[in-house]
Amino acid sequence: MVFAKTLYPIVYLKRGVKMASLKRKHLSEEKKDMISGYLYISPFFIIFLIVGLFPAIFSMYLAFQKWNGFSPMEFVGLSNFKVVLTDPLFWKSVYNTIIMGIFGTAPQLIVGIILASLLNQAFLRFKQFYRVTIFMPYVTSMVAVALVFSVLFSNQETSMANYIIGLFGMDPINWGTSEWGTKIAISIMVFWRWVGYNTIIYLAGLQSISNDLYEAATIDGASKFQQLRFITMPLLKPFILLTVFTSTVGALQLFSEPTVFLGNNAFTRNEAMTIVMYLYRDAFRLQSFGTASATAIILMVLIVIIATINLLLTSGTSLRERGERK
Amino acid sequence: MKQVGVKRFSFSRIFMYLFLTLASLFSIFPFYWMFVMATRPSAAYNSIPPTLTPGNMLVENFKKVLNQIDFFGSMWNSVVLCTIVTVVVLFISSLAGFAFAKFKFPGKNALFIAILVTMIIPPQLGLIPQYLIIAKAGLLDTLQGVMILFFLNPLGIFLMRQYISESVPDELIEAAKIDGATNFKIYRKVVLPIILPAFATLGIIVFTATWGEFLWQFTVLRDPEMYTIQVALASLNNTFKVDFGMLLSGVFWATIPLVIIFLLFNKLFIASITEGSVKS
Repeated sequence: MVFAKTLYPIVYLKRGVKMASLKRKHLSEEKKDMISGYLYISPFFIIFLIVGLFPAIFSMYLAFQKWNGFSPMEFVGLSNFKVVLTDPLFWKSVYNTIIMGIFGTAPQLIVGIILASLLNQAFLRFKQFYRVTIFMPYVTSMVAVALVFSVLFSNQETSMANYIIGLFGMDPINWGTSEWGTKIAISIMVFWRWVGYNTIIYLAGLQSISNDLYEAATIDGASKFQQLRFITMPLLKPFILLTVFTSTVGALQLFSEPTVFLGNNAFTRNEAMTIVMYLYRDAFRLQSFGTASATAIILMVLIVIIATINLLLTSGTSLRERGERK
Repeated sequence: MKQVGVKRFSFSRIFMYLFLTLASLFSIFPFYWMFVMATRPSAAYNSIPPTLTPGNMLVENFKKVLNQIDFFGSMWNSVVLCTIVTVVVLFISSLAGFAFAKFKFPGKNALFIAILVTMIIPPQLGLIPQYLIIAKAGLLDTLQGVMILFFLNPLGIFLMRQYISESVPDELIEAAKIDGATNFKIYRKVVLPIILPAFATLGIIVFTATWGEFLWQFTVLRDPEMYTIQVALASLNNTFKVDFGMLLSGVFWATIPLVIIFLLFNKLFIASITEGSVKS
């Protein structure tokens, strides 16, 4: 009895200690996870603060300064924006960017859908061969593509491009220096490099659509066209949105292709000068960091606007589609 | 979609093969023609109809390239740059992806959304300050100066988080914890082996993107000795009278390693690129 009485508190105490230590260990485990969590994501955020966020904010500051990189900065209010927005060359670069954007991407998306639907046919032979060859241009760097095309589309009368249009009875074009020649050559180059990429994205989209849907539709007597209209198009839509979005944003940022294609003339002639080239020329050729930063901000606003229009337009068509179906 | 009663040789099928074959030819032709020009003297460019068969100047043209640029040096610079960037991005992304997928901490969702938002900022917005920072740090004309910007890869974190939350079971992590493993040890011994396939995917995406990037490399690297292959190739086109045979020889030899790697691993390659863009 006595023995048991004395033992009891000890057992109780022990249990208490055990519970307390369990609890403390549990808590510290959670804390450890928390610390690890912050620690593991910190490399990204530290680098982001230094080379992402700070430069973005500093750009906005620079846009209101007059600065050539050496002499002290001078606050000039909105004058940089005024300079850029009244510069005919800036508007020329906007125009060039839009024209090359439309010619370079719109055909790409249409041809991409056609190629993807052909590649998706079950009976098609040599499928892998077609897939690989059509995708291959994507592997080459933009610089390599631009150089090859600068020779294919050179000003000489004997250039490949001039020979080919000559077969159709057309006169030679100055691809490197004329208003439309440069734009067409650069658009074809953008088309060539990206069409396979978009085809592969669409193909992934088509393959994600279950065959059962088509079989059910066939049994219900739906025509091929109806199947395309009511099964393929709606289900492929997220993929189309993705490619339209990425290629529009990409088109607005066009820089490497025209710069390398034009070589020596890149920053002295204006036939194919894009917005980013205009920015680059201001910053690194004319040492006008203020106006270049203003251009960078205008470009970002432009990208946001066009992305929004993009989203509105596409959601608009889906509303109309729904209306039609009702 | 095989249908009974469809003729084997219908017009639509012939048209289909014709269209696909034309598309293939259109895609391959510049590669072939680049090879032809790399083997011909510049004068071959003036012939009508255009030369379409290889000549015998393959070596000679390449020697001219070597006189113009440090071809092997700049190839090596690109390889070093891309390898380091890929390894670092894989490390940063998988660690952060692991944290976002498996740990609980305040502000987790907000921080993850912040990472996604950074994907929308156009890279040109910060170009000038980025250049100034690199200049201030004395990193102009160095590969370090180029790579620091490429370490920033929100897409990588996004893909890794998704892959880890899908394929690393919570029970496995719990079990390792009971065995007394630290979190970093769990990352090394449990998570890493499982996510190797995702490393292949992300690695291909990052390596290809870094290899082909031009604007930033062109901005930071001004000294020909530090050129990466993209900047070196672009400089070939910067003289007044360009020797086309030499120019395309440079492009050919810089492109062919990539094409061979692509052809060897084409399935993995195409799947990776598709996955990278479709998932985001």
